[in-house]
Amino acid sequence: MRWGMVIDLDRCNGCEACVVACRAENNIPTVGPEDCEKGRMMSWIRIERYFEGEFPNVKARFMPVLCQHCEKAPCEPVCPVYATYHNHEGLNVQVYNRCIGTRFCANACPYTVRSFNWFDYHWDAPLDRQLNPEVTQRSRGMVEKCTFCVQRIKNAGIEAKDEKRAVKDGEVQPACVQSCPAEAMVFGDLDDPTSRVARQSRSGRAFKLMDDLGTEPKVIYLKPVDWKGTEE
Amino acid sequence: MSAAAPSVETLSSSRVTEDLLRPIVETTWRFWAAISVLGTIMAWAMFCWGYQIVEGLGVTGYNRTSMWGSYETNFVFWVGISHAGTLISAILRVTGASWRRPITRAAEAITVFALMIGPMFVMIHLGRVWLFYWVIPFPNLRDLWPNFRSPLLWDFTCINSYLLGSITYLYLPMIPDIAAVRDAAGTRLAPWRRWIYRLLAMGWEGTPRQWALLERAISIMCVIIMPLAVSVHTVVSWVFSMTMNPMWHSTIFGPYFVVGAIFSGIAAVLVALFVIRKLLNLEAYIRPEHFDKLGLLLITFCLLWGYFTFAEHLTVWYNKEVSETAVLLGRLSGPMAPLFWTMITCCLLIPLPLLILKRTPFGTLVASLSVLVGMWLERYIIVVGTLTRPRMQFVWHSYTPSWVELSIMAGSFAYFAFLYLMFAKFFPIVSIWEFKEGQRQ
Repeated sequence: MRWGMVIDLDRCNGCEACVVACRAENNIPTVGPEDCEKGRMMSWIRIERYFEGEFPNVKARFMPVLCQHCEKAPCEPVCPVYATYHNHEGLNVQVYNRCIGTRFCANACPYTVRSFNWFDYHWDAPLDRQLNPEVTQRSRGMVEKCTFCVQRIKNAGIEAKDEKRAVKDGEVQPACVQSCPAEAMVFGDLDDPTSRVARQSRSGRAFKLMDDLGTEPKVIYLKPVDWKGTEE
Repeated sequence: MSAAAPSVETLSSSRVTEDLLRPIVETTWRFWAAISVLGTIMAWAMFCWGYQIVEGLGVTGYNRTSMWGSYETNFVFWVGISHAGTLISAILRVTGASWRRPITRAAEAITVFALMIGPMFVMIHLGRVWLFYWVIPFPNLRDLWPNFRSPLLWDFTCINSYLLGSITYLYLPMIPDIAAVRDAAGTRLAPWRRWIYRLLAMGWEGTPRQWALLERAISIMCVIIMPLAVSVHTVVSWVFSMTMNPMWHSTIFGPYFVVGAIFSGIAAVLVALFVIRKLLNLEAYIRPEHFDKLGLLLITFCLLWGYFTFAEHLTVWYNKEVSETAVLLGRLSGPMAPLFWTMITCCLLIPLPLLILKRTPFGTLVASLSVLVGMWLERYIIVVGTLTRPRMQFVWHSYTPSWVELSIMAGSFAYFAFLYLMFAKFFPIVSIWEFKEGQRQ
């Protein structure tokens, strides 16, 4: 079992539905406009927007960036207290109550996908009623990041175990995958060669973010195709 | 007030004891004034830290990319300062340089106090400082050891060993002097202070056997402390260079940091010597020749540091790797440029000509202060320069320290001055027995 994700950049239109869904699913606080300006926005997935060309021939490129769940994750060895480690399903997991907030992992991450709780954040009523009871709320001073919606993975596993079967392909969908209107994201087991995610990861368009660093990410991107139908 | 400094040979033995014990038995208003000023700054810094613990690290200027900043800069800076004292003293002792005698203790005390302050910043920078003891390897309820692969844990281990070693190394040569205070000060001191000296002197009588044991212990500590000192700043540099971040991941960081540490450490020793010489009227003991010789040492490390800095930047510039170049350009002509060129000015352009031409006490003081500023900036540029320009260009963000950070930094300087002052108040800052030994030779 090796959970992974494929993101088809040709389908992504930068609508940020995944960002909103992730925020709702994982109880990610909003930090307010002032802290946002200071560069403290918290999100486990962000849409990076890059422009190509000069006006008027400008093209915007969108790229959702989340924790790449690297097989050789640079964040893992540097944590002095094992708050972040690799679990047996290939997930790069974060144990909140072990974290003492050295933020070394966040510095070591070449993708800058880790967020830190600068303050204790609160949800004003009635927003507090929409908190997801299956996800821990984090207190000030700890690092957090994308978990591939580990709560959904666990639930699917429990359900499958009850019914004495293996988890089916497509049964687990992280919030971002579920909410993508363009169906740009696919999630599943990379070790199962028949799964959708494994099949798509073998596409000629597949690439990994900063593959040359040797981090072996488990998020695989598919290159966008331009309108003439040739690969760029 | 001592008159024009007499030569070393003409100082009588009782005069030396009297001179060097004077700061201990006499307390002037200047002492209380200094304590009040330093105490106020420290209290304010403590308040700021408390505020940060209660509110969260958001009271700093940190953000998503600059997860580290001034606290880590101060950590590296102070650990760097700690490098001169013990190392200089140990090397000079081992090589038998006899001019070292009046300055070794003043230098060693710097090491111990800077080493107490540096790691404090590791605590201050923690998000959940109340759980700091989780990095201590002890069998706990969770049956979980700390992660020995983490450079932070190596740091923790190294710095603690170095601190213990430095305290021992400072304490050993102090034993005969503490006994001297115990014997000479007599009723001029309050009973509780006499009790402390009796305790710390550990029954020193000055028998030949005791002297032989002491000399042996000091020689052993000299040899132990040198590799420890080198390892400490190497490991501090590895906190950065073990990551794959642009311009952190550098093979020369170990020696570069050690050289920088000794460079700034010698500057700190020179500043401290200048201050205590003036404040405690020690002109007869800490002489221009000490400033001259330490100034020469400072030149050496100035050149070494310059060479390392050149090598570090040239190789990055030449190979044009994208992410590294982004950080480099940030330093040379980007947002870090004003600080970078100030650093070059303070670390090379000011001290080098000054030290070559004018190694008087005042000349070396100016050069040393300039080096200290420059070396603080060097650490800041390394920490912040890289973090504000991570590989993912989309998240690039600037960083400015907040008032909380600056207050705590000011507090650390006040704390250092306070500890040093208290040390000079309680113990002879110039080693009496070593000075007399030098006179006899």
